[in-house]
Amino acid sequence: MSRIERRFAALKSAGRTGLVPFITAGDPSPDAVVPLMHGLVAAGADVIELGVPFSDPMADGPVIQHASERALAKGVGLGNVLAWVAAFRETDNETPIVLMGYLNPVEMYGYAAFAEDAVEAGVDGVLMVDCPLEESHVLEPLRNAGLDQILLASPTTAEGRLARLCEAASGFLYYVSFAGITGAAQLSTGEIAERVAGIRARAKAPVAVGFGVRDAASAKAIGEFADAVVIGSALVDRLAGATSADDAAGRARDFLAPIRAALDAR
Amino acid sequence: MTDIADFHAYPDAHGRFGEFGGIYVAETLMEPLAELTAAYEKLRKDPAFIAELDRDLKYYVGRPSPVYHAERLSKHVGGARIVLKREDLNHTGAHKINNTVGQALVARHMGKTRIIAETGAGQHGVASATVAARMGLKCVVYMGAVDIERQKINVYRMRLLGAEVVPVTSGSKTLKDALNEAMRDWVTNVADTFYIIGTVAGPHPYPQMVRDFNAIVGREAREQTLEQFGRLPDVITACVGGGSNAIGLFHAFLNDRQVRIVGAEAAGEGIETGRHAASLAAGKPGVLHGNRTYVLSDANGQIIETHSVSAGLDYPGVGPEHAFLKDAGRAEYVGVTDDEALEAFHLLARTEGILAALESSHAIAQAIKLARELPKDGLVLANLSGRGDKDVHTIAAREGIEL
Repeated sequence: MSRIERRFAALKSAGRTGLVPFITAGDPSPDAVVPLMHGLVAAGADVIELGVPFSDPMADGPVIQHASERALAKGVGLGNVLAWVAAFRETDNETPIVLMGYLNPVEMYGYAAFAEDAVEAGVDGVLMVDCPLEESHVLEPLRNAGLDQILLASPTTAEGRLARLCEAASGFLYYVSFAGITGAAQLSTGEIAERVAGIRARAKAPVAVGFGVRDAASAKAIGEFADAVVIGSALVDRLAGATSADDAAGRARDFLAPIRAALDAR
Repeated sequence: MTDIADFHAYPDAHGRFGEFGGIYVAETLMEPLAELTAAYEKLRKDPAFIAELDRDLKYYVGRPSPVYHAERLSKHVGGARIVLKREDLNHTGAHKINNTVGQALVARHMGKTRIIAETGAGQHGVASATVAARMGLKCVVYMGAVDIERQKINVYRMRLLGAEVVPVTSGSKTLKDALNEAMRDWVTNVADTFYIIGTVAGPHPYPQMVRDFNAIVGREAREQTLEQFGRLPDVITACVGGGSNAIGLFHAFLNDRQVRIVGAEAAGEGIETGRHAASLAAGKPGVLHGNRTYVLSDANGQIIETHSVSAGLDYPGVGPEHAFLKDAGRAEYVGVTDDEALEAFHLLARTEGILAALESSHAIAQAIKLARELPKDGLVLANLSGRGDKDVHTIAAREGIEL
């Protein structure tokens, strides 16, 4: 059983909703990443999504774009990200880590080399934003190495494709709650609930819902019907401007604590 | 060379040109792209649509554009005959209008009321604003803040045509970032919005659709060359940024194996300096803007900033069909420097009375090199893809002249 499977199985038996925070690796600063990851766990994170900065984040809104730019300005590359995961693993061998990013950095690293190094570092899953199921043949070396390929589904996903996504899902299926970019603020909970229920009934993996989750109230609303809630832009926004690694970890705790409490109060 | 039986058989149903192309986009865009593909597949075989497009190309764009024998230029060079496909004579002054007229018709057939576009130098933005005005569609053009600063006249031109020009301040604040921003708009507003991509890049069906709308350039040129010279050219050439004018010229000739095909990329200050935009000559296969193609990126896979005197060639990727043609050995891609392009610009101006766009001046420079390698009865066809009026200020500034 993989770390991701173990984590979701534990959540299920405890009747809890998973909390999946996203941070951009290298923002607010490279030295803050590992303490921040531990801070997220302390605040109740069940899975950590670590964003790999990319120069052309086509599917991201301004908050994550700017976080990426700040990280890139500090020279952050895929090699650094893997090193941070390895450092995190020295004291936490339980919390699953998913790298989220775009294909070109992995392409230049080399798929086979990346698969080997990512597993070695302790990465559990990879979500490539610009790699839909139809192109996922390129990620075969990653799957063969035991990494989960986290797939996305969205409100615009047509029925036929949705069935294929549910079938191919591994780790968890990430449901994008609306058709837009990360960090936007539109959410019609009723529609999402109905859609997610349908997907959960069929998907071969748990369903995490993200995009537009900003605070305890929206997280709780989503948590009513999802296996896990992903929270990204609002957290990244809160971390921007942190003055030290401690400050960043503190901000993460302060931000996530009420969300964790709201999810557990269900 | 890979053995390809029919170059006109590409892309496949999934938008792949061999290993290049495809649909590398976020999940939210998969359905909108599928809808666009379905609409376009239906329209491109629909005689009524084809007739509509032909009418627009004839009466609005001013097609066919002539193939012109540049006799004084050829004589000056002292090699083969150089002939020019005069896309600079189209309405709005470049080949870009062939594509925007076509996509605007697709947009109307799909019931979309809002057009968005990205632009670098502003030529595609102007061509999009033009067709949107003509069809009474709302138009929003995304343009890098850096480009807005250096292309003020085109920004004003778009505004005169009723378009809203939105400055893009993310990333390098240039064309690639404008494309990212337009994609973000599209994914958010897809219900009423049609995204007119300006080059043969992006996810399927864009590389195919933009090529199809520009392929009239090569179809005309092929017929015109046969009619005027009784033969096909020995070699054809065009400048390659994203590659829409080039694929437009090349496509009709792809199965004429005796015709050599050469694309001229922007070598900027020289490929060895690193300040260039020669994705095919100096890049590696990667993934950018929705397709697999040759890209210019650093060791970490980050897309790098490119340089060319011509804003229209300043792009770190290239259309996937060009990547395919390069690897199949059917076309060659070479670099032309800023200085070589400017020299060709001046030579064409003085020998033929034509101010070429700086982009097209790269093709002229390459045509001159190719003509020198051939005997006097040889025939070199170059795509004069746009006129240079927009570049007069850039050229003056570069040469230290105050206007």
